[in-house]
Amino acid sequence: MLTLPTLPITAQGIFPTGDNVLGWVFQIIFLGIFVVFMFYGQRIQMMIMVREVEGSLYKLKFMRDEARKTAINNIKELGKLEGDPTAQIDRFLEYFAISPVELDPSGVIWRLEHLLDVRDVRFKDDVKLMAPKADETQINNLENMLEAALALNIIYKVIRHYYLLGKKTLSLYIIMQLQMILPLIMREAEAYASAQKAFTLGQPIGDGAGALVAAKLMQNHEKTKVEKDVVVAQVPIEGRTAYVLKAEGPGGNVGKPGEAIKQIIEQNEGRVSLAIVIDAGLKLEGERTGEVAEGIGVAIGGPEVEKYKVEEAALKHKVPVNAIIIKEDVGDAVSPMRKEIVDAIDNVIDRVKRIILERTKAGDSVIIAGIGNTIGIGQ
Amino acid sequence: MSNTASLSKKASPFQVAVFLVPLLFALVLIYFGVTEYVVGRADSGSFWLTLGMVTLVFSVYWIYQTRKRILKLMSVEMQPLSTTLQCRKCGLKNVREFQRGDFVFKQTDQACPKDNEKMMISAIYREVKEKEKGREEANP
Repeated sequence: MLTLPTLPITAQGIFPTGDNVLGWVFQIIFLGIFVVFMFYGQRIQMMIMVREVEGSLYKLKFMRDEARKTAINNIKELGKLEGDPTAQIDRFLEYFAISPVELDPSGVIWRLEHLLDVRDVRFKDDVKLMAPKADETQINNLENMLEAALALNIIYKVIRHYYLLGKKTLSLYIIMQLQMILPLIMREAEAYASAQKAFTLGQPIGDGAGALVAAKLMQNHEKTKVEKDVVVAQVPIEGRTAYVLKAEGPGGNVGKPGEAIKQIIEQNEGRVSLAIVIDAGLKLEGERTGEVAEGIGVAIGGPEVEKYKVEEAALKHKVPVNAIIIKEDVGDAVSPMRKEIVDAIDNVIDRVKRIILERTKAGDSVIIAGIGNTIGIGQ
Repeated sequence: MSNTASLSKKASPFQVAVFLVPLLFALVLIYFGVTEYVVGRADSGSFWLTLGMVTLVFSVYWIYQTRKRILKLMSVEMQPLSTTLQCRKCGLKNVREFQRGDFVFKQTDQACPKDNEKMMISAIYREVKEKEKGREEANP
């Protein structure tokens, strides 16, 4: 049987007085901890931070691997390809796009547009090769799904790069910056993981709020396809002719709304009294999801090529451009649409009608553009 | 359809050892305490027992927290989606779970129970848990 010496434990016993051994032991331990923290405090702090980053990195790796697995399974299922698409998917997940030279800003928008077009065609062609039996809607959804997996792969690799660099150089400042920005990055990565699921099943996402407004307005009216993947309907609203446009759904698509607006303005020889652009807008923390706000300007996100086209056409023909945004955070924008956003649609339609009544006369022409990814939203 | 994607991860022998050592240590301390009590040394016994119990509580809490953290790290929560079907004629609404192939403004084969008109999908959405929404609204 194990036995321990009987210890006379009292409050006095832990202070080093005379031949009090326990007191001396505590004193030495205390001094030891003091010295260790004096010389290695920063390193200990760094080790704690490294562990935190490591935990998030595991989660990012898990999300990346799950996204890759989902992509492989879906392409096999929808594409009915005889071979294994894994190698093609792995190649896709490593794609990159180099932005155009900005040192000479002249014409940079058109160069950027060309690069984006090339990228889009390349992605679509690759998806068609991976899933030859998929229809157009499925190809659009698969492309969006692969893009979400690509984003997760890039996030994981960049964070891993800085994590390893910080560990290798033992730089507190690299690790500290990483640890500070990580909560925001994790939110974005979780949103992409959620988006991938939505793209896989063809569910509408928060970003499609503008497209949903336009789709609701153009119900029961004849639609015509104009610019790349954009549909337009002429809708009589409050005695005015409204050209309502959105990207062609229900596949994952944003189209070229800027080009379409420009074409409509030019077809009408500039006789457009008002353009209203409706899009999902980033909310500030503390604001309610689904809140609606009005403003001035072109509410089109992304690489700004489409925004530029509208601004140019509007300036040339002196068309006032109004904007309505439906507020949501970055996570909601790429994950399945929240009920609050769906509920805000009627409010937006009421505002559109009010703006038209206030700013135009009967018989005028107006443009109403619903911007955003139209996945899961028909017309 | 599963609502969570999770990774089953087996603990390595090293991890098991790291968790077991404080647990075993706590048990040994409790054993000492009990032994001391049995032989009539109540002061010493209560010291070892207290130390043992504190170590045990901290080890169990540590294991619980670590497990919770790992489970949180290795799962991505997905919320269920609802599809609202609406009759164009009478406006009757019917909500069901989202099915693959559903999209907003799709004409479905489901007939309206009132006037036998084919129903259309009018909305697809997810409802955020009350807890999360409450947190959003509780801000000043």
